[in-house]
Amino acid sequence: MAYSDKVIDHYNNPRNVGSLDKKDKNVGTGLVGAPECGDVMKLQMKINPETRVIEEAKFKTFGCGSAIASSSLATEWVRGKTVEEALAIKNTDIVRELSLPPVKIHCSVLAEDAIKAAISDWKQKAGESKPAAVEAATPAHS
Amino acid sequence: MAVKLPIYFDNHATTQVDPRVVDAMLPYFNEKFGNAASRNHAFGWSAEEGVEEARAQVARLINATPKEIVITSGATESDNLAIKGVAAMYREKGNHIITQVTEHKAVLDTCKRLEKEGYEVTYLPVEKDGRINLDDLRRAITPKTILITIMYANNEIGVIQPIAEIGKIAKEKGIFFHVDGVQAIGKVPVDVQKDGIDLLSISAHKLYGPKGVGALYVRRKNPRVQLTALIDGGGHERGMRSGTLNVPGIVGLGKACDLCREEMAEESARLAGLRDRLKNGIMGKLDETFINGSMEHRLPHNINISFAYVEGESLLMGINDIAVSSGSACTSATLEPSYVLKALGVGEDLAHTSIRFGLGRFNTIEEVDYVTDRVVETVERLRELSPLYEMAKEEGVDVSKMNWKTA
Repeated sequence: MAYSDKVIDHYNNPRNVGSLDKKDKNVGTGLVGAPECGDVMKLQMKINPETRVIEEAKFKTFGCGSAIASSSLATEWVRGKTVEEALAIKNTDIVRELSLPPVKIHCSVLAEDAIKAAISDWKQKAGESKPAAVEAATPAHS
Repeated sequence: MAVKLPIYFDNHATTQVDPRVVDAMLPYFNEKFGNAASRNHAFGWSAEEGVEEARAQVARLINATPKEIVITSGATESDNLAIKGVAAMYREKGNHIITQVTEHKAVLDTCKRLEKEGYEVTYLPVEKDGRINLDDLRRAITPKTILITIMYANNEIGVIQPIAEIGKIAKEKGIFFHVDGVQAIGKVPVDVQKDGIDLLSISAHKLYGPKGVGALYVRRKNPRVQLTALIDGGGHERGMRSGTLNVPGIVGLGKACDLCREEMAEESARLAGLRDRLKNGIMGKLDETFINGSMEHRLPHNINISFAYVEGESLLMGINDIAVSSGSACTSATLEPSYVLKALGVGEDLAHTSIRFGLGRFNTIEEVDYVTDRVVETVERLRELSPLYEMAKEEGVDVSKMNWKTA
């Protein structure tokens, strides 16, 4: 299958790869997907509690090129946005931007989920909300 | 020596036609263009002569006689003809067929269709190394069993089944034995006598011949196998496969078989050496890589490796100047990882990280070294990008034991 130029660009030059300190109370972490499905995304955001602006965003992704591109694009888009603006990002926006074919739409859904999961994690830390429907995967007790 | 890109390491999918095969075929497009069934003139005779020489060349490669070779359009048709042909012909004797789970779809889907028509099919499991257990086979046999169909070697993992042992069991029980020989013929010695094979599917394009032509070996004595034809018409191929013969293709198939017979020993040794160099080069430089399937019972030109924490399709994208295949979902129309790897007990997480390397006649040591470097650097880059690798390496999390919330 041929990839769009934008997917190839994000794959070759992924933006904002890396990790933030997940123990920092201003950092929200979203970990979505599952290895057996072939996609796992970790999206982290550092959010200013006063302005509610996302000052930093980092990602790491296990998945196909479209999954890598979707999460790379998500970090670009959320930076500088407020939490409320970031929550308004829809997977269809990502599909359009990256020209994802129908079989890759799940990658954009996962990226939207990752944004929501990261923000929900941050809100929880900030005492703003109870655990939300979309939440990060947790290590099983060992 | 600089390598020419892109590099082709997908020789289980298809192979380049050997230039010597092309040369043998060319006269049959123009000067010898006759219909091999035309009995009354020189054009027909020369076409028929080409076909009969090819038939003898195919037979010689597998230790059969020319009359036992039925020309088809390829191995999918051969598999269909063998399985459906036996099923229909021997319906009164029984309705039970035994196969195994890592067969090619041409066998599995044919068996599934027969199930809908009232036949019973046993799908034997495979062990961790990809081979069937002969005791499982013995236990599966019933008085109604008419056919055992097991592939010689698997197309994804190159694992070779215990064919001669299966042939012996089949013979003892008076059951016909069909073998999909597509990946093995021309690469390792396949002998229908020694291996006790009654029906054998052959494809030209997997052994440096043209696409669109293949053959089915059908045993004529001890025991004689009869088939109900799938295609009716002019009664070509002793009534088993009507249709005007694809003379240039058949000549190409014959020439390709002849070259394999002459060069197999040397070529297999060379490819095994290249394959081992590739395997050792990659696995020596990367941790957490796993070979899928038996190394002992394996085609010389195949290796299938899982690269933990790196998804197969993204790896293919990173090495896009190299043609290989992935067992991951995203590369195919279906969203499931390889059913072959699943059958071996490879977890779905690792199945998504597998790559199949299939070497061939035209590959060089320089290509092997180039591919090794490209794979190693790409896997390292993608592991930097992988949250799973980070969790496993830096946080000591056993990723496979995590409680992943799947949607």
